[in-house]
Amino acid sequence: MATVSPLVKRTVAALLTAIAFAASLAAQGRGTAVPLPARVPQRIISLVPATTEMLFAMRAGARVIGVSNYDHFPAGVEKLPRVGGLLDPNTEAILALKPDLVVLYDTQTQLKQRLAGAGITVYRYEHKGLPDITATMRTLGDAVGAHASADAGASEIERQLAGIRARTMNRPKPKTLLIFGREPGTLRQINASAGYGFLHDILEIAGGTDVLADLKKQSAMLSTEMILARAPEVIIELHYGESLPRTSIDAERRAWNALPSVPAVRNNRVYLLTGNEFVVPGPRIVVAAQKFAEVLQPSR
Amino acid sequence: MAVPARPLRQRLFLTLAGFGLLAAVAILFAPLAGATPISLSRVFDRSIPYEQNVDAQIFFVARLPRVLTAALVGSALAMAGVVFQALLRNPLASPDTLGVGAGASLGAMLAITFDIGFSVFGISPLLVSSFAGSLAALAIVFGMSLARRRGKSTMVLLLGGVTLNALLSAVMLFVQYMADFTQTFRNVRWLMGSLDVAAYTPILAALGPMLLSWIGFATLPRALDLLSVGFESAAARGVDVVRTERVALISASLATGAAVALAGPVSFIGIIAPHLVRLIVGADHRLVLPASAFFGGAFLIGCDLVARTIMAPVELPVGIVTAIAGGPVFLWLLFRRS
Repeated sequence: MATVSPLVKRTVAALLTAIAFAASLAAQGRGTAVPLPARVPQRIISLVPATTEMLFAMRAGARVIGVSNYDHFPAGVEKLPRVGGLLDPNTEAILALKPDLVVLYDTQTQLKQRLAGAGITVYRYEHKGLPDITATMRTLGDAVGAHASADAGASEIERQLAGIRARTMNRPKPKTLLIFGREPGTLRQINASAGYGFLHDILEIAGGTDVLADLKKQSAMLSTEMILARAPEVIIELHYGESLPRTSIDAERRAWNALPSVPAVRNNRVYLLTGNEFVVPGPRIVVAAQKFAEVLQPSR
Repeated sequence: MAVPARPLRQRLFLTLAGFGLLAAVAILFAPLAGATPISLSRVFDRSIPYEQNVDAQIFFVARLPRVLTAALVGSALAMAGVVFQALLRNPLASPDTLGVGAGASLGAMLAITFDIGFSVFGISPLLVSSFAGSLAALAIVFGMSLARRRGKSTMVLLLGGVTLNALLSAVMLFVQYMADFTQTFRNVRWLMGSLDVAAYTPILAALGPMLLSWIGFATLPRALDLLSVGFESAAARGVDVVRTERVALISASLATGAAVALAGPVSFIGIIAPHLVRLIVGADHRLVLPASAFFGGAFLIGCDLVARTIMAPVELPVGIVTAIAGGPVFLWLLFRRS
């Protein structure tokens, strides 16, 4: 082959250099600018019920100007504008309220991009286990300039949970089936805690052993065969929303008579707990833990 | 595979015996198998009080209702598939084609999301609401079949059914949109299908409409054979085409509605079982209809056994297993035959 002339070599080198230089310029120019909070946020929107409760607990509630459709606690949120939830955040409503901090779910990618484009600071909430509740409360406190009261609130939660754990520590822990939901009136489509997540953690603190702990999942669909095989000693069923009338509770309790060999049924330790503190991993998990402890380890 | 030229009675006997044996074996042995080992002698040991007999409860509460449900639902969907394929003269027709299954699903979703529905004779509101939904869909489809002018082909009924399906799907999406998290979760789980009824009342409840459908099916085989050639030639041979169509539509829809109300929508059986059976016994509906009933029941029992053991202690929704199991087997049979 003919050798490449020096002129061609120099031209190619120059072209490659130019391309590399242009690429580096382009890379530097890219990236959405995230404005640093210049001051303490005064107009906070919270899309996550857990963080709403945390904000009120750390005495930043007066600065909350908008909440999600699923917020019900504390009572003050009922008057606040609603801006959607995890699956259906209303970007227009959020922007119309002119917030300077929006607390949203880490998985709400599209919303994050839109708010970044509008120059609004976001706090990304991730839903994980029990220790993350107090960790979140502290980092959220830093983000809203309420470090001291957030830290105090988180420490109080930790203290109360530790107290519950200490009271139940030396007692035998019954094998417990914690049911998140099933079809009313029958034992179909039973969805239960399976060894992972904040409700599982609270159950263990309150003095119970998760009968499905080996599955290490947040929840699992159970068959009646599994319940018979695992033979839980206590069954706790969670009901969200308002409390049920006595007749409904009795009717739901009777559904379990189909499985009389289960120790929980035999010894009448099937409990129905109502209240939405079980679904909000916020400050009221202490209430949830206390309710669990009451049924798992009744004081003699 | 050439169908041997035996007299019909002999083929009928062989078919019923063969497929019947398959179904009987499935019903007898499936309750014994499962994720938890049980001993048959303990199950029937009268000296142990029932309340304490775990093996007996696993057998009688957890497994036997499941197997019976699988048998009923599998046979109902398979027979409905046969009849719809003949009625619509379309090998791709299934119990879902005309929207009866979708009506049942919508009824269930309305019960879950808006807590409507009431208990009848101790039957759960969800079951009642779901079956009512299927009846409403049947009424619409029946109205469409009445409105059809005589001589208009099955295309009108087919298109009408497809449209009803699309409409019901849209309504279901809207109901999903209105539902909160817990309800959405329950809806989605219900739509995956579940055979774990854990009681005999729902089975008895579903048995009512299914018995009616069996009576209707019993009158159909000969007429369906003739109908599949064409309406005019069938009418020329003395088949009351209009009456046959109505009996077929109502029977197959009752069977589908009861099956979906009982176990949720279980995919695949209604379209695959008839074809698998035809590959073995030929196209004569006098053989295909009963054979499909036995085969559909046995197939669903088998799929349910896999669903509750393969990932023990967790269960797979049975609809996943029917699709994964049925598809490749059917493709294999189809291409092997050529």
